[in-house]
Amino acid sequence: MSAPVIWILLPLMAAAIFLVASYRGSVAVPAALLSLLLAVLAMFVPIDTAMVFGSVSIKIAGSVQLLGRSFQFGAADGPMLALVYALSALWFFGSRAGGANRSFVPLAFAVVALLVASLAVEPFLYAALLIELAAMLTIPLIMDSSSSGERLNRPSNRGPLRFIIYQTLAMPLILFSGWMLSGVEASPGDLALTSQSGILLGLGFAFLLAIFPLYSWIPMMAENASPYTLGFTLWLLPTFALLLALGFLDRFAWLRTSTGLIDAIRLAGMVLVVSGGWLCVFQRHLGRMLAFAAIAETGLAVVAVSLNSFLSLDLVFLLFIPRGIELGVWALGISVLKINSGSLEFRSCQGLARTHPIACSAVILSHLSLAGLPLLAGFPSRLALWEQLAQVSLDLAFWLLMGLIGIFIGAGRTISAFLMAPEFQPWQLNETRHQVILLCVGMGVLLMLGIFPQVLQLFMDKLHFLFEHLVQLPAML
Amino acid sequence: MLDNLLSTSAVIIILVASTGLLVSRDWRWSLALCAGQYLAAFWLVSLHWPVGLAAVKLVSGWMGIAALGLTRLNFSGEDETKEKFWPRQLWFHFLLAAIVILLALAAAPRLENFLPGLGLPVIAGSLVLMGMGLLHLGITSHNLRVILGLLTILCGFEILYASVEGSILVAGLLAVINLGLALVGCYLMLAGSVEPEIDSPEGFETIV
Repeated sequence: MSAPVIWILLPLMAAAIFLVASYRGSVAVPAALLSLLLAVLAMFVPIDTAMVFGSVSIKIAGSVQLLGRSFQFGAADGPMLALVYALSALWFFGSRAGGANRSFVPLAFAVVALLVASLAVEPFLYAALLIELAAMLTIPLIMDSSSSGERLNRPSNRGPLRFIIYQTLAMPLILFSGWMLSGVEASPGDLALTSQSGILLGLGFAFLLAIFPLYSWIPMMAENASPYTLGFTLWLLPTFALLLALGFLDRFAWLRTSTGLIDAIRLAGMVLVVSGGWLCVFQRHLGRMLAFAAIAETGLAVVAVSLNSFLSLDLVFLLFIPRGIELGVWALGISVLKINSGSLEFRSCQGLARTHPIACSAVILSHLSLAGLPLLAGFPSRLALWEQLAQVSLDLAFWLLMGLIGIFIGAGRTISAFLMAPEFQPWQLNETRHQVILLCVGMGVLLMLGIFPQVLQLFMDKLHFLFEHLVQLPAML
Repeated sequence: MLDNLLSTSAVIIILVASTGLLVSRDWRWSLALCAGQYLAAFWLVSLHWPVGLAAVKLVSGWMGIAALGLTRLNFSGEDETKEKFWPRQLWFHFLLAAIVILLALAAAPRLENFLPGLGLPVIAGSLVLMGMGLLHLGITSHNLRVILGLLTILCGFEILYASVEGSILVAGLLAVINLGLALVGCYLMLAGSVEPEIDSPEGFETIV
């Protein structure tokens, strides 16, 4: 048995089985358990290393050949696989409580498997193709849960259409720029080729990562799609797009050393943080609030990538782990509210703190965590990023703070909407037991990661070995 | 000589089909013209790839178009809603197409210097398709036409990329992406007609 078979083919086959089984009943728990099993295997079973049990030796081969190219996992991939499947398991566990569509679990499982395949494919450039495939699978995931409308050209199609346009435009740009980059490696003095490939690559990632102003599909989808599936999409796709970006920086030395490109990445990230953060301030819809906060969060990761030191890898991974939990808890919270209030507009959510205190607390806590409030999961990564950024430029550190303040004000407005209850409205607990347990566990994890961030070190120690050249960069900028 | 003639014919087919796709209001014609684009693309790709491998693009493209056509056949009435932002006049679309074609044909020789050995017809055909696809995306928000625009862009890209990358895995994945895009188009057309089935959380039997 080889690692790609276990962590790619097996989940894909399981997704197909779950898709058939989902018509008979919920498959959330079996899928979550399988995902958890894959995470445990990835964490504790070394890849490409023989394990000896008495006289028996077992080895999970690292690669498999497919159509002349290889899918390859190394020992360094284990923690990443464990992280992705563990966080996916949390999303699968919450899918039923979040009112996700029946096809959510099988399709989401297939999306995860395809994105994991994008980590393994060699040459790594082909990851763009697998990300595009995953993006296409995301469409039914999102559309299935959206409200009904006209048969053709219904307005709610606009977000998914724009999403698929941007993701599809990204793929050729990245593939072609990757081919050009190999030419740049061969003749580094060719400035025209260098700048052309840099522009194509930048455009490709701008589409893929929804860099300003190409993120219009996110708030559009936030209005119609189920918050839970949208949250899942906003967690998973940018995470793997950023890993692909890190792969480019790792493989092509001139990208790492190009100060112009690094400055452009930093600027793009900062614009995402500030625009996403401040657009939170003006939202009157909880789904759109989540969307803009997720955009700002992606911006933080892009800024972390632009720091271009070995610490930037630590920062990126430090942002990844809480992001999955924050978005999960937030999406589950607003899904519960949407199920009960029917709409996520502020006017429909007024006073919900009295009738759905746990869901409202989860939404607020994850929102504040994303804003970087101390003692919550998002705080350590933001503090570390702020510290590193301040060494580069105090102006940039100021703008980062401004973006986070925007998210924080958005949280304040959400709190005020939740608390606007009629005078004699009694306190009630209308969430189901399943929802209460999941939301409380999520909030507990957010608090635990904020108070004891060193727990993340378990993963972080090994994660940066995924990028062997980036890890060798000096700490000082 | 014969190769040159056929390549030039393929480029002419691309020019006619992509312009026709832009100005056509009838979905049947649009799909037929898109199929014509795939035929021309097949010929241009076969200049660099074995015919068997190049045929993958033709087959997957035509399969996608067949899927779109079969789905669209289920709907009657207006072909598309009124798109008020851009003028819908025939001549305006012809003018836009002419501009894009001129730009693509002007850029092709420069790109040939940059990518020697590909041949002018391959580059010109590819640039025209990508340009017209982008133009198509810019002037429509109709499901079917957006997907046709995306397929046109991908078709153009595949012609160019086939000449620099001969991997079977890439050919296979691109074929799956073509087919997948067409299926996404079918899904987007159909999605509004079926009420979603939702996995009821405990205590909630129906969710609207």
